[in-house]
Amino acid sequence: MDSINWHSFFFLLFGLLASAFAVGVVVASSVVRMALYLIVALAATAGLFFLAGADFVGAMQIMIYVGGTLVLLVFGVMLTAQGPFVSMKTGGGDWLLASLVAGALLALLIPVAFSVPDWRGGEPAPAVMEPTATPIGVGLLGVRVDKLDADRPESLKPGMSSYLLPFEIVSMHLLVVLVGAAYLARTKRRRSPSQIES
Amino acid sequence: MPGLGSLRNNTLVAEFFSQYMWSWAAYLLTGLIHCALLIQVGAVGALFFIWAERKVSGRIQDRLGPTRVGGMFGWLQSLADGIKLITKEDLMPDGADGLLFRIAPYISFCASFAALMALPFSDGWVAIPINTGVFFILAVLGLEVFGVILGGYASASKWSLFGAMREAAQVVSYEVPLGMCVVVPVLITGTMDLVQIGTFQEGWFTNWLILHDPFTFIIFWVYFTCALASVNRAPFDLAEAESELVAGFHTEYSGIRWSYFFMAEYGSMFAVSGLATILFFGGWNGPVPITGWLGLTHETGPIAGYIGNFLGLVNFVGKTSLFVIVMIWVRWTLPRLRIDQVMKMCLKFCVPIAAVMFLGATFWQRQFPGGVLLKTSYGDRYVVTEADTAAPAKSKDSAKPAAKTAGEASPGQPSADKTASVSHRVTKGS
Repeated sequence: MDSINWHSFFFLLFGLLASAFAVGVVVASSVVRMALYLIVALAATAGLFFLAGADFVGAMQIMIYVGGTLVLLVFGVMLTAQGPFVSMKTGGGDWLLASLVAGALLALLIPVAFSVPDWRGGEPAPAVMEPTATPIGVGLLGVRVDKLDADRPESLKPGMSSYLLPFEIVSMHLLVVLVGAAYLARTKRRRSPSQIES
Repeated sequence: MPGLGSLRNNTLVAEFFSQYMWSWAAYLLTGLIHCALLIQVGAVGALFFIWAERKVSGRIQDRLGPTRVGGMFGWLQSLADGIKLITKEDLMPDGADGLLFRIAPYISFCASFAALMALPFSDGWVAIPINTGVFFILAVLGLEVFGVILGGYASASKWSLFGAMREAAQVVSYEVPLGMCVVVPVLITGTMDLVQIGTFQEGWFTNWLILHDPFTFIIFWVYFTCALASVNRAPFDLAEAESELVAGFHTEYSGIRWSYFFMAEYGSMFAVSGLATILFFGGWNGPVPITGWLGLTHETGPIAGYIGNFLGLVNFVGKTSLFVIVMIWVRWTLPRLRIDQVMKMCLKFCVPIAAVMFLGATFWQRQFPGGVLLKTSYGDRYVVTEADTAAPAKSKDSAKPAAKTAGEASPGQPSADKTASVSHRVTKGS
């Protein structure tokens, strides 16, 4: 196992896949092809999560983004499509604007990434697949497993507050949004009983 | 000590091979062996189940089914069909989106193959032991629908598009009750690791989670219904409703690509049935703990443990095949539902029942944690030790050397290597 650092190899592989297909999403003109490229990019990101030992986050990524969001996206495209294949043309101005914004973000991210001393030099240690589900679940209830100290385990420390309340608020908010969307989208026209029967 | 197939033993196998070749080739070879074995589960399983489907449907319709190919019972019929499909011309409609049309069957097949990767076939016989195996399998199986949708969309045919749309609506809705059903065994065992869930149900068949309480008994049937719907089998096969949509999403497919869709379908049938076996029916543990009586466990030695694991494999495959046969039986018995009935079934029956059963199981687990009538002692070997919850930081140093020799890691020393979830179970009677 010394000849090839498999961790680096797979990190580069998944990283390249994610980046290449992210570019593919931007370049492609057909919406469904974009969705396909986005799937590969997001699945490669999930692979990076698995590589980092965060299997729960990786599975979550696949379930929510790949299995849920993108299926809905393609479903929406199929429901609203006029012709056989939907294609989108991007104008020159859009390209310019988008590349300006993206370039600015990239210019910001690269120095930040290289400014962390731990991330520079040396071969990365091989990932250890740790059980991540339990710490995440317990952390949601306010106990950060990684911050427990032996001397005062009973007291709350900074960074150990519960995430349950914000989580519940966010999910209720989403529920309200969904109900509101369903209310707005439903047909307003009142039907006579004879129409309903037919 | 876990059996072959866990990552620790993958390392052992790779180190064995690396005596004879470059080490990178040894690791590659080890991975390829696993891949080949799992692809055989999909391919040979599809061959067998398609034959079984023909025989069962024949008997249900008072026919004989295939009788000639291969002599008795026409058992080689699927192989003949397979050869026919391989040699068939691979057609693509003129108006189709070539890339998506070609790639769609592979997406479906890869998804159902990836689900098999995390499925334990016996105690520790799993290609990749994932700490959140249940969740991973559900997530990956949800990906299979994407191949169907892409195939249906890219065919540029109305029938295909309708089939794909139905499939998308159906699968997205049925993932909700399916997830709720799966949560209940996770709640009872306190882990998402499929190997541990299986070990939890060791012993007599009364330890199986379906007999844990009335709520798990009911929720199994909800799970089975939702699993039928999520793998697109009759009476939920609206995506390929022959009487309405010609053949639905695969109308335009022929030859080997068509058969990839079918291998994916039978592979995911096997995967959801295997999940049902592990979650509710004791996994590789037989109804009677024969392997325990005969001492065919890893405590008595590697050979005995191997035999015991092999019996477990027979148990697991037997139970899983039984569920697949039940799926076939259901297909040839019940008429196809309409799309509104499918949605009604999900939203008005499956989701509420699953939610109520989830609450009931929570309540039961709180009030009667040890059972009511049968005071069963679940999983003597099943103990969640500190390593499951303990700090990731403090056990990192012990991770690498623990993978070297299989016999070293004693149960008292939880190590955080990739097989930690298996190795730190407290063993009984040793």
